[in-house]
Amino acid sequence: MPGQLRTHPWQPRPVAEARAAADPVIAASGVSLDLGGTAVLSDIDLAVARGEVVCIVGASGCGKTSLLRLLAGLLRPTAGEVSYQGNPVRRPRSDIAFVFQDYGKALLPWRNAAQNVSLALEAIGVPKPARAKRIEELLVKVGLAGHAAKLPRELSGGMQQRLQIARCLAQEPSVLLMDEPFGALDAMTRQALQDETLAIAAASHASIVFVTHDLDEAIYLGDRVLGLAGSPGRISETVPVHLPRPRDQLTTRENPEFVRLRRALHDFIGTVERDRRAQ
Amino acid sequence: MRGAPRLLPFDWRGLVLPVGFLLAIELIATMSTIERDAFAAPSAVLAAAARTLSSGVTLKAAGETVITAGAGLLLGLVIGLLVGIPLGLFRRADLLMMVPLESLRPVPPVALIPLSLLIFGFGYRMEIAVVAFAVVGPIFLFTRSAIRGIDPQLMEVSHALGLGFLAQVTKIVLPAILPRIFVAFRIALGIALVVAVTVEITANPLGLGYRMTIAQQSLQPDLMFALLLWIGLLGWSLNALLVRAEARLFGAAA
Repeated sequence: MPGQLRTHPWQPRPVAEARAAADPVIAASGVSLDLGGTAVLSDIDLAVARGEVVCIVGASGCGKTSLLRLLAGLLRPTAGEVSYQGNPVRRPRSDIAFVFQDYGKALLPWRNAAQNVSLALEAIGVPKPARAKRIEELLVKVGLAGHAAKLPRELSGGMQQRLQIARCLAQEPSVLLMDEPFGALDAMTRQALQDETLAIAAASHASIVFVTHDLDEAIYLGDRVLGLAGSPGRISETVPVHLPRPRDQLTTRENPEFVRLRRALHDFIGTVERDRRAQ
Repeated sequence: MRGAPRLLPFDWRGLVLPVGFLLAIELIATMSTIERDAFAAPSAVLAAAARTLSSGVTLKAAGETVITAGAGLLLGLVIGLLVGIPLGLFRRADLLMMVPLESLRPVPPVALIPLSLLIFGFGYRMEIAVVAFAVVGPIFLFTRSAIRGIDPQLMEVSHALGLGFLAQVTKIVLPAILPRIFVAFRIALGIALVVAVTVEITANPLGLGYRMTIAQQSLQPDLMFALLLWIGLLGWSLNALLVRAEARLFGAAA
């Protein structure tokens, strides 16, 4: 087993894919979701290997966020099952962390940066004396070392999202579920956070399920990009990304393979959009 | 003048009418000779106010009023929170409790004075009970609506982090509603004083309200007005205290 745990993001991808099918960290099998009588997702099968980055793209309203909530245990599937290391996920667990899209509302406005990170440690029952050191390490890790005493509203958008990521890392999760986390940030900040996220995931061997509607972002980050489409949403496209790691904002994006994948995904989204209009 | 330190927090011209009014009353009082039971010269009222202060009557009576109003307020606050928090969090509990609570709430609190007197007799307890009943309603309503107003995202964060119910209430819900609870507390304080003084005037031999009734019944209008002055000052200073506390606690956060 220990040998298997060493899966690294820049291993040749087919290895991780094969492993995902055999021994997934988190998986959805035959999952459907109805919310208030409306079918939101239908028959979703998804297996994520340890250390794998899976990106989910799709038009708004196709159920991307709902799928992420199902994986987090924040929603219960109407049919099928979500499992974490083979055990069913019925409620949120500390191994699975959720990075919310709207960082402004996900942080507690009355707690400063350090106290916001502390919330996650309090939730998993870390005794008080042990917290301060871990909080400091986490803030250093996300580049907020000098900002421990600042309230969220005193931080920029990028810093607030870094803070939320630090709070999620405090749980020492094996899976990071990220819901369009950088959608509201400017291009420079977004690229910096993309690289930091990849570095953090590589260092901690955490798997990431990353929802975005930015195709470039999905290809840049992912080992696999899943296209979600339809109503109810289904996984209608799976695109493996065989780009070398560590990735680089310039060379990766100039790689002919990147350009090819980008075109393929654009065509996919275009087809979905045409079908939707035709209905 | 702008920027210079000012003696008054308002323009001096605002004093013209009140001071003029008092001077006019004083003038009428010294010039008229008619019998007057509901009327006293401002100077006589001030003298009576000073007398009650130096004899310790004011402090003792104000203490009684503040203790009963305060105890009733705290009791009502605790009950209001204990009822309001679950009803704000759980829609089902709210449906269950809607009819009983909404039928109790419109009962005028002072209508409970006779009942409270029967149960507790004269003294602190009957007054505290009536005050508590009066403030539970507004505290409960404010708490419930404040909880309904919490961003659902914040509740989802607490679920995602795996906070237990108690931790969710103490770490997320209470801090989130605290500023609005404080406003409710300030409003409830006004209600508590009104009800406490009412209970004292109508039934309970305690506090400033009772002393004022005695002054009225023994035809001492100067003493009655003096006690009215103290009641007014008490209410004003307690409210000012809370406004200050609110600005200090939540000024930056609001």
